[in-house]
Amino acid sequence: MPLADKLVSSFLAFELDINIQSPVHNIRTDAIKSFEKLGFPNKKLEAWKYTSLNKVLKEDYTLFSKKKNVLDFKNVKDFFLDNTESYKLVFVDGFFDSFLSQTSHDHVDVCIMSAALSKAKYASIIKKHFNKSIEKSDSLSQLNTAFSKEGAYVHIPKNIILEKPIEIIHFATGNESALMLQPRNLIVIEEGAQVEIVESHQSLTDNPIFTNSVSEIFVGKNAHLDYYKIQNDRLSTTLIDNTYISQERDSNAKIHTFSFGGKLTRNNLNYYQKGSYINSTLKGITIIDDKQLVDHHTLVDHANPNCESHQDYKGIYSGSSTGVFNGKIIVDKIAQKTNAFQQNNNILLTDKSTINSKPQLEIFADDVKCSHGCTIGQLDQDALFYLRARGIPRKEAEALLTYAFANNVLESVSIPALKSKIKKIIANKLGVKLGFDL
Amino acid sequence: MLTIDNLHVSVEGKPILNGINLDVRAGEVHAIMGPNGSGKSTLSSVIAGNEAYEVTKGDIIYKNENIIELAAEERANKGIFMSFQYPVEIPGITVTNFIKTAINSNLRARNEKEMPANKMLKKIREKAELLEIDSRFLSRSLNEGFSGGEKKRNEIFQMAMLEPSLSILDETDSGLDIDALKVVANGVNKLKNKNNAVILITHYQRLLDYIVPDYVHVLHEGKIVKSGGKELAHELEEKGYDWIK
Repeated sequence: MPLADKLVSSFLAFELDINIQSPVHNIRTDAIKSFEKLGFPNKKLEAWKYTSLNKVLKEDYTLFSKKKNVLDFKNVKDFFLDNTESYKLVFVDGFFDSFLSQTSHDHVDVCIMSAALSKAKYASIIKKHFNKSIEKSDSLSQLNTAFSKEGAYVHIPKNIILEKPIEIIHFATGNESALMLQPRNLIVIEEGAQVEIVESHQSLTDNPIFTNSVSEIFVGKNAHLDYYKIQNDRLSTTLIDNTYISQERDSNAKIHTFSFGGKLTRNNLNYYQKGSYINSTLKGITIIDDKQLVDHHTLVDHANPNCESHQDYKGIYSGSSTGVFNGKIIVDKIAQKTNAFQQNNNILLTDKSTINSKPQLEIFADDVKCSHGCTIGQLDQDALFYLRARGIPRKEAEALLTYAFANNVLESVSIPALKSKIKKIIANKLGVKLGFDL
Repeated sequence: MLTIDNLHVSVEGKPILNGINLDVRAGEVHAIMGPNGSGKSTLSSVIAGNEAYEVTKGDIIYKNENIIELAAEERANKGIFMSFQYPVEIPGITVTNFIKTAINSNLRARNEKEMPANKMLKKIREKAELLEIDSRFLSRSLNEGFSGGEKKRNEIFQMAMLEPSLSILDETDSGLDIDALKVVANGVNKLKNKNNAVILITHYQRLLDYIVPDYVHVLHEGKIVKSGGKELAHELEEKGYDWIK
């Protein structure tokens, strides 16, 4: 049975397992209908022109893992931040793992969606925010909504500055021969609050994993968000990451996406500016090889005056890998004095690697500053010779230049342990031991 | 130390050097002069191992080894250094990290232990002082936004750090004002000893007032057409290059 049909027909079984009386369930029911109508996206859609899910959809995925696997911390410790105190929300094959997690219910809620969707104390927040920013025509988001049940739930009340970062990790243990996961995250940062979040998806075996994730993030007035996505999964995995950010006035939201792993990764990153004097930052480093594909689709919707957005994506492609960058910026008629910047720089290290880069600017206001730039090139041969003439071997010289190329994206990482973790991943990815610290 | 024997070099099929012969012994300073387009910079690039140039004939013997087939980094590991006429700007790598990486790469290639951080720091400070380089300068991105003088000073700083056996200074004097030139020349003179050698590639005689060569060679159309002592440089300054063709 095609995966879409299997999903639709399994919705009944899914309903046996949840409270169908809750108001959220109407949203799920509508969403499955919508998915049934839309189906999975295909290459005929402009937004999916370069990325085909055909192969991914052919696997026979288990939709709900049957048993809870227990993970030993010492076996997965490398996937957490080193020497950093943090809140932790850990999910294993779609189930919350309370042993590996460190939640909070004190002054802030760092807990799980299944609780938030069912308990009365969360009802008002859920009512206000759940499924409010989703793009209704996006079939994958609808699919996730239909099966929304588990994921991270974070609520930071007014003026709270969270000292410790929150780590959200979704593990897959391979106890099913192929598994589909649909985590649903809701993050609400109230006025004046501040938080740092690090999210990753990590498979522990080579069994195929198909993750269709949705995160809704609300950033209140004058609130600050630093969100880091580490995409360094195994080559047997596919990740569709749908992230929706709504920002209130004077807020600041930064998302860094580090894409190194996975067979196919699609990031749909959508920013909606709901007030004035908002700052939105989207940065990314993509380093892939073999037959990997990473597709960044970004949207910044400037709907109010005096706001800014900054996009800076760097890509380094080798093997026969493919990159896609599609950056859409909409500036509404009333969004005067908008400053919108977009930069996408790429290096192709091999003849067989590909990058499809497309800026998409729709500007309806007349007093705005919008700029976009895109470069595609090779490593600078003169620079390479310069480094080698000082005794640095070719491979390390290339790594050093690659590093330098990506450096300004790394510079803005605010968690030191995360920065060094990413540097290590990059060095690993480039196949060198780097004896320097940038 | 270095013997160049009947060296022919082409770029994209076009011959640039047409049979260069040169002998440089330890302790010597050689100046190679010549008009624009005579092949001076090609010669230095070829000795340093730039793959953009094709050696069609001849040998480069360095410390009794033919280095024609060696990669640029292998030549550097063996103690060959070239000061670039146009040092490349590399945003994102600081001067300090660059030089640390270079030194340790060379040590590793020679199967020696990496330099401990404190020793490295001390050496960096010492050599920066020699070249009158501000410490803030060292944490800037390599050559990015440097003035012409700063770039050249940074090249000689790297030479001081790496302590090569053979240094080729390609147009190190171009773009320098007289004060910067004195600092650079003083640095080179202090680094000079009986065990190393320097080849100065220059268009003008000015540099040779400060770094005095043992031999002067004149390059014209890819060949050394005249060799002599330091007085040859003065003669060239007076008469220009025309009389030599």
